Amino acid sequence: MTRPASENELPQLYEQMLLIRAYEEKIVEASAAGKVPGTCTSVGQEAAAVGVVNALGGADLILTNHRSAAHLIARGADPGRLLAEVMGRSAGYCQGKSGSLHISVKELGVVLTSTIVGAELSLATGVALAQGMLGKPGIVVCFFGDGAACEGAFHESLNLASVWNLPILYVCENNQWQAFVHRRETMRRDHVADWAVPYDIPARTVDGNNVEAVLAAARAAAAEVRASGRPFLLETYTYRSRGHFEPDDQAYVDPAERAAWAARDPIAACRDRLLATGRLTASQDAALADKVQSRIAVALAFAEASPYPALSEMTTDVYA
Amino acid sequence: MPTLTPIEAVDAAIAEEMRRDSTVLMFGEGTATKRHALLEEFGARRIRNTPLAEGIIAGTAVGAAGCGLRPVIDLLFAPFLCYAMDELVNSAGKLRYLSGGQFSFPLVTLAMTGGGWGVGAQHNHNNEAWFVHSPGLKVVMPSTPADFKGLLKTAIRDDNPVLFFMDIGLLYQPGEVPDGEHLVPLGQAAVRRRGGDVTLIAYGKTVHACAQAAETLAGEGIAAEVIDLRTLKPLDTVTIVDSVRKTGRLVVAHEANRLCGVGAEIAALVAEQAFAALRAPIVRLGGPDAPAASSYPLEQACAPSAEAIAAAARRLMRA
Ligand SMILES: Cc1ncc(C[n+]2csc(CCOP(=O)(O)OP(=O)(O)O)c2C)c(N)n1
Repeated sequence: MTRPASENELPQLYEQMLLIRAYEEKIVEASAAGKVPGTCTSVGQEAAAVGVVNALGGADLILTNHRSAAHLIARGADPGRLLAEVMGRSAGYCQGKSGSLHISVKELGVVLTSTIVGAELSLATGVALAQGMLGKPGIVVCFFGDGAACEGAFHESLNLASVWNLPILYVCENNQWQAFVHRRETMRRDHVADWAVPYDIPARTVDGNNVEAVLAAARAAAAEVRASGRPFLLETYTYRSRGHFEPDDQAYVDPAERAAWAARDPIAACRDRLLATGRLTASQDAALADKVQSRIAVALAFAEASPYPALSEMTTDVYA
Repeated sequence: MPTLTPIEAVDAAIAEEMRRDSTVLMFGEGTATKRHALLEEFGARRIRNTPLAEGIIAGTAVGAAGCGLRPVIDLLFAPFLCYAMDELVNSAGKLRYLSGGQFSFPLVTLAMTGGGWGVGAQHNHNNEAWFVHSPGLKVVMPSTPADFKGLLKTAIRDDNPVLFFMDIGLLYQPGEVPDGEHLVPLGQAAVRRRGGDVTLIAYGKTVHACAQAAETLAGEGIAAEVIDLRTLKPLDTVTIVDSVRKTGRLVVAHEANRLCGVGAEIAALVAEQAFAALRAPIVRLGGPDAPAASSYPLEQACAPSAEAIAAAARRLMRA
């Protein structure tokens, strides 16, 4: 059931990570220039997202939060429509009503995205319940942060999911930060995985900056959820390399911490492994970089060309 | 007079009250990180970061307030108050009454609200009327830096739980703030402009839209009176009713949903107490019954504009 990343998979994962990074860096640049609203970027967390999402099947459902770009792009979302959404344009996945913080893409199985921290954890139990009761295939994957684990909703969700045997793969992206507070200040232990134990939920922590390790761990975890029909908690231990929200000077971050994690950048590490094992040449790498850059340039042009929603949209889709 | 932004005025108010009263303390998600000067001056016992958990932040504050401290908590954006609803509404608002007056809850909850940042409805929801509706709570929403400071200082000294709403659209606009001990009483509206033809009532940034509308109307020979409520509960009914008795015309405007909003209460109050003075129907301007979109033009369209307010006043003059 559980396969490690195969020979030809890694370059694809690498390209996805490059695309996500290019997308986020474009937003950073364009928001600094005042062209695009600032967002919560996933820079530094690409491997965690790409590894998990690539371990899933098409019928699986994903819940994400304010820091969703990596999950969405790994799932196949179009960067142009994502950018249009961030910019509040009508071509966005949510017609511009969401902006960056609550982007759902139902056609990709990314459902009920919420920026209320902890809401994804509350909702995931209901999503899993519906899947089961409606006889739908697919497990439910719920991404959340270490900060969200401090909300009561985390504990209530795990308890109910365990008692009701709900097939939920909880994925805690422990990126060390909870907006402007380090998780050291809010949690006694380093790992959210420890918090699954009293709820009788198996859990594991994986190096979130190693995409192959995340993929393998997520495959194993998803297989366990499918086999047992019960929840599992996978913690990807990673780092939010940029600020909470663009712009953010990160004056509150210890430079030594940043430097230590910068040395473990997930994309650089993957590139090094690919180059060292001959699965990628320097010229192929350069070509990939060009390819993702031009995709993002096209995406931005698409988003900029999309009009704002008409004012009549202000009161549409309030009620079914 | 020094010039401060509302953000600075809030920090100044907290600092002054913390100097004055050693039972005042503040906590919230990122409070110690973001309010560095307060941390420096008052230390980590009185300026605290918390876990990301609004329910326990509010619950802790209610417990502390009921037993001798005067907490100020920062719940960031008004929609996040939902997680703290039980603690604020069922505990802070009711336990004094239910205990036969044995406890009081001197507690201030800060929350940002309103459009301006394009962050969408889970960060931008003008839900202040919910708290007006809940017994035992006071509700404040200033429109000037001086009032941010003066009302917050009074709120911290008040023995009741106070919801202190901060309109995002105002937070970085500087204005004069009186030096020294500047206290603004709760429950007292401010008449920002005198006029005998029509009364414009608002709070938060909509006060500025009313002031702008009044300026336009003055050019057309219409004298508008602009009332800034400042405190939504207790409501300054005297100032409201007196003004409408004089002008006979009322426009009440706020960014919050019109439906069951503060404007509805004011319209009812005026209908009850100044009906005979009315020369035209009351007009309520407010946001739609829709969540606030992130998309900039949709977000901006939720708030009553100066033009819409002026147009409403003109209609009343012709009625
Ligand atoms: C209920 C609620 N409280 C506060 C916030 C503001 N906020 C948004 S993201 C965030 C930090 C979340 O930290 P974490 O769960 O670790 O996720 P990360 O941002 O690190 O990915 C905060 C405090 C919010 N959106 N919702």
